[in-house]
Amino acid sequence: MAKRAARKAGRGAREAPGAASLRETQPDLDSALHWYRKMVTARLFEEEAERAFRRGRIGGYLHVYSGQEAVAAGFLAEMREDDIFFTSYRDHAHALFRGSSLGETMAELFGRVDGLARGKGGSMHLFDVSRGFYGGYAIVGGHIPLAVGAAYALRYKGGDQVCLCFLGDGAMNSGAFHESLNMAGLWGAAGACPLVVIVENNLYAMGTPLEGSSAVTDIPARLSSYAIECRQVDGMDFLAVRQAASRLITEARDSGRPVAAEARTYRFSGHGAADVFQPYRSKEEVSDARRRDPISVLEDRLREAGLLDDSGIEAIRREAEEAVAKAAQFAEESAPPPPQELHRHVYGEGV
Amino acid sequence: MAEISYRDAIRTTLIEEMDRDPSVVLMGEDIGLYQGTFRITADLLERFGRQRVIDTPISELGFVGAAIGMAMLGLRPVVEVMTWNFSLLALDQIVNNAAKVRYFSGGQVDVPLVIRGPNGAGVQLSAQHSQSLEALYAHFPGLRVVAPATPAEATGLLRTAIRGKDPVIYLENAALYSMKGEVPESDHTIPFGSAEVVRRGSDLTVVAYSRMVHLALDAARRLADEGVEAEVISLRSLRPLDERTIVESAARTHRAVVVQEQWRPYGAAAEIAAVIAEGAFDLLDAPVARVTGADVPMPYARNLELLALPTSDAVVEAARGVLYRK
Repeated sequence: MAKRAARKAGRGAREAPGAASLRETQPDLDSALHWYRKMVTARLFEEEAERAFRRGRIGGYLHVYSGQEAVAAGFLAEMREDDIFFTSYRDHAHALFRGSSLGETMAELFGRVDGLARGKGGSMHLFDVSRGFYGGYAIVGGHIPLAVGAAYALRYKGGDQVCLCFLGDGAMNSGAFHESLNMAGLWGAAGACPLVVIVENNLYAMGTPLEGSSAVTDIPARLSSYAIECRQVDGMDFLAVRQAASRLITEARDSGRPVAAEARTYRFSGHGAADVFQPYRSKEEVSDARRRDPISVLEDRLREAGLLDDSGIEAIRREAEEAVAKAAQFAEESAPPPPQELHRHVYGEGV
Repeated sequence: MAEISYRDAIRTTLIEEMDRDPSVVLMGEDIGLYQGTFRITADLLERFGRQRVIDTPISELGFVGAAIGMAMLGLRPVVEVMTWNFSLLALDQIVNNAAKVRYFSGGQVDVPLVIRGPNGAGVQLSAQHSQSLEALYAHFPGLRVVAPATPAEATGLLRTAIRGKDPVIYLENAALYSMKGEVPESDHTIPFGSAEVVRRGSDLTVVAYSRMVHLALDAARRLADEGVEAEVISLRSLRPLDERTIVESAARTHRAVVVQEQWRPYGAAAEIAAVIAEGAFDLLDAPVARVTGADVPMPYARNLELLALPTSDAVVEAARGVLYRK
């Protein structure tokens, strides 16, 4: 079953209606170089986090995003500064792409007071509300209703912002998904729910393949039950994702209706740091998928366009390595939260 | 002071708060077109429109979760659960998101959310519609839990709830909806964590909340005929709990009875008895007694249902017990 799923992952590239040709996306290429840098940095950040986890500097769980970067990068590249988003616990790259500091993000993973959430949330609960990042959530599907309500609130207050909601294919079988997207569909009919749902379909709900967890694997068909149009996009191709994101975000903004994307992607690492042996998928399947690494896919495009060469790639890599090393050092040197943090933020102040 | 019903106290407060603050919105099943199962929201759809009085599908998890998202974005949603029994479908949202998001975000968001509806037994609603869930919710840090016993308490606590920064579990009682009482006409609020001594007495303390306050007062009147003066405390809020008022009273009367409708094990009365033991152990002349519902799923037959619920007789008995009187 897993093999079949992997073949399907590749197929997304040919199926995606708007697979971005160089010509179509030419205007975006300069900023694509910027996003290439961010994707490389996020990848190295995750690799550093995995090492820090093994050294015992990071506790609890660690879910890394390697392999899926093009999805979050493509959508966050098209978000406006005052737009907002929610995601699940695989949230490090989302924070970094949105502009959160590498050091503060790493410090949160280390459980330090300079972390994005003062060390009180950890890897699964990154937050940066000043940048419109309303958090990573650790109960699968549990954040989807929040995003639906947030989208309603944005429109209720009279603005034209949109709310993005990232989720995995596994979350599509939670009650939260169905209950809240049905409401999004209802509210959207009145133009009151500018929501962009992004299904990051990495083909596995933890270790259960899509076919083993969903009776209907046609994701757009499932979303159509709630009057939400869903476009498929190759989630390994930044330019394709970005192009789809631009259309979807504009649609949600203009209409106040929820829209969705299914981004076919692949998670290179295990589900979490403890998922070492990955008995649910073969080594060949993983190495096949790695051949379409989203970073290499974008790299090739940028080379074709003459915007990147070997030395450029090398320079970007070195720069990213330095930035990540600095972040790790910042986290290492940051203090653990002081004991008085224990009882802070349980309730609002002054009540 | 105007005399109005508990139902009208809630409804009027909702209207006043909606008039005062456009960020207050109402959500729930059948609160608009249907006018509300208990008519708390009667005519509010017409008055405030669909954007502010939102009829939801039968999706507690979905709409409570959406309300949390609205609250994080600065709205002040007041969500009706048709009865608190149905809130169990939304338990994950209440417990894992509403109660914790301020904390695990390191204080980056407020969650000014009120969830309200009737708690406890009605009349022959049987096992799935008769539960008292206050101890469940009062267990979780991050939530505030209130249980008004009178129209004045209903008004004062609801105002504080709507104007606050935290998720509030607001427990009404269907048997009280038609009860009338005086409500101050000013902009009356009751701070959370402040209990009220509703009857002064020197022989024992009876601690209660919600409908049980009325049982306690009835028992106190009957005890007075026997020459026993019971002090009765209406807690009003269970989390935060006004430990000071409870302990101060028990230390003065040396005896205490705690009354709750819910099941005995791990209930609110157990917590309150522990607070009294911790704060006034040396001053107690008897162990703290608990009057509670029977430890069974609620039966349908009226005679069995009555046996499962606390009565003022049981409060009188418990009072005699702590006084060592027959």
